[in-house]
Amino acid sequence: MFNIVEDTQKTREDTRKTWEKIADYFRANSIWMKWYCTGCGAMEMPPTMTSRFDMEQLGMGPMATPRQADVLLITGYLSAKTLRRVIYSYEQMQDPKYVIGFGSCTLNGGIYFDSYATMTRLDHYIPVDLYIAGCMPRPEAIMNAFDTLIAMIKKGEAKGWKHYQDNYEWYNANQIHSLKEVRVKDEFHE
Amino acid sequence: MNLMNLIYAFGLLLFAFVLQTSITGINRKVIARLQRRRGPRWFQQFIDIFKALSKSSTSHGWIFDFGVVMALGGIMATAMFIPIGPLQALPGLDNIFIIAYVLAVGMLGMAMSASGSGNPWASIGVSRALTNMLAYDIPFMVVIFGLIFAYDTSSLSGFAAIQQEGGILGWNIIRFPLGGLVAMISLQGMLGKKPFDSFIAPAEIASGPMVEYGGRHLGMLFLLHEFQTFVEVSLIVHIFFGGGATVLEYVVKYALIYTFMNIVSNILPRFKIDQAVTFFYKVPLALAMIQSLLIIVTGLGVA
Repeated sequence: MFNIVEDTQKTREDTRKTWEKIADYFRANSIWMKWYCTGCGAMEMPPTMTSRFDMEQLGMGPMATPRQADVLLITGYLSAKTLRRVIYSYEQMQDPKYVIGFGSCTLNGGIYFDSYATMTRLDHYIPVDLYIAGCMPRPEAIMNAFDTLIAMIKKGEAKGWKHYQDNYEWYNANQIHSLKEVRVKDEFHE
Repeated sequence: MNLMNLIYAFGLLLFAFVLQTSITGINRKVIARLQRRRGPRWFQQFIDIFKALSKSSTSHGWIFDFGVVMALGGIMATAMFIPIGPLQALPGLDNIFIIAYVLAVGMLGMAMSASGSGNPWASIGVSRALTNMLAYDIPFMVVIFGLIFAYDTSSLSGFAAIQQEGGILGWNIIRFPLGGLVAMISLQGMLGKKPFDSFIAPAEIASGPMVEYGGRHLGMLFLLHEFQTFVEVSLIVHIFFGGGATVLEYVVKYALIYTFMNIVSNILPRFKIDQAVTFFYKVPLALAMIQSLLIIVTGLGVA
């Protein structure tokens, strides 16, 4: 009796894994993105999207709102004000979701590292699957990063969203430490 | 109607989905070549839809959920009435009034669901979409009434059969060029392509009605869009391009017309919604009136 229950659970787990694998193929080959234009990195996106580098050949495309998107691109440095909107946007996205940090600003604050308003490390606040080095990264580097992200999703390694769910207290504590209050009443959210 | 008809109807839905989704994918490639890009693979649209269906999604209340299902159901029900070449799942029910009426269920479901999300962009998008519908439907229906008067039939297969008697010269687009032009412009409005896509407008109103959809809900909207396109392009193929004596002929005509509309869409800018309405009520409505008067008074072009 006990064995049967265990076996069913095992089969169920296997089925779930198989489905995840199939779904990961679709997720890897169709990535819709929303980019958060916080800094100069947004400038490198138009050449990546249009005829010269053409990221649609990877199955990627821009989307209008965070709800529709799979990957959030943080294209530059974050201030206390923008970080709050990044967190709103990230939490609106549907699972599974991925984050790419652009350039040195998201890694360590970049050239603004000593400002009182700059957030120096993005992955203290939301989970980052991939960083692109550079100030700012050129479209070649961005295309390369997209290739890497696709490979990561196919292998099931891009699990930042899962990490965020499992360690929400830690992330939330960091968010509150830097922002005092994550959700504020303002003209956008009344 | 019996069980076999229903099985045929579901087969037809599957065929419509595969046909339109493949053609959308091929068209993405065509547009990419137009812009000197490489473009995605031809089955990219399938991957996009299945990916969207594999994601999680949030609800914004039961009207939001119910509206999506109602819209998808309404459009799929409409698609069941459409003949594919000589094949018909529900014979004798391909009347244009049934199709126009049931199509509205889908549209209203979509409007209800989008408004149910409570997002102001969605409300703006819905109001623009319905205004747009009011604009393109009137010239289109005026032409269709003219044709119904001329041929004493209102069924799609009836129109197709009459046109097939005369070969290419028997096609309504050749016999009634003014009406054909109006129908093509209206089709551009129905498909929501440029210059009549102000209700989607991703950079202005964040994709309008779709603004709050994500994951599975968005996947259903993509499915809905494929079926809707199938219904609308099929209407034009049957009424103005002689339908299809064989399934292959029908598919070729269908693909060519959709590709043509898509190319036209990609070289045009966008009308504001008031410009679109003014345009439809000025040029296509006038042409449609002239065409209908010609048919009714002189009988010009009627076989």
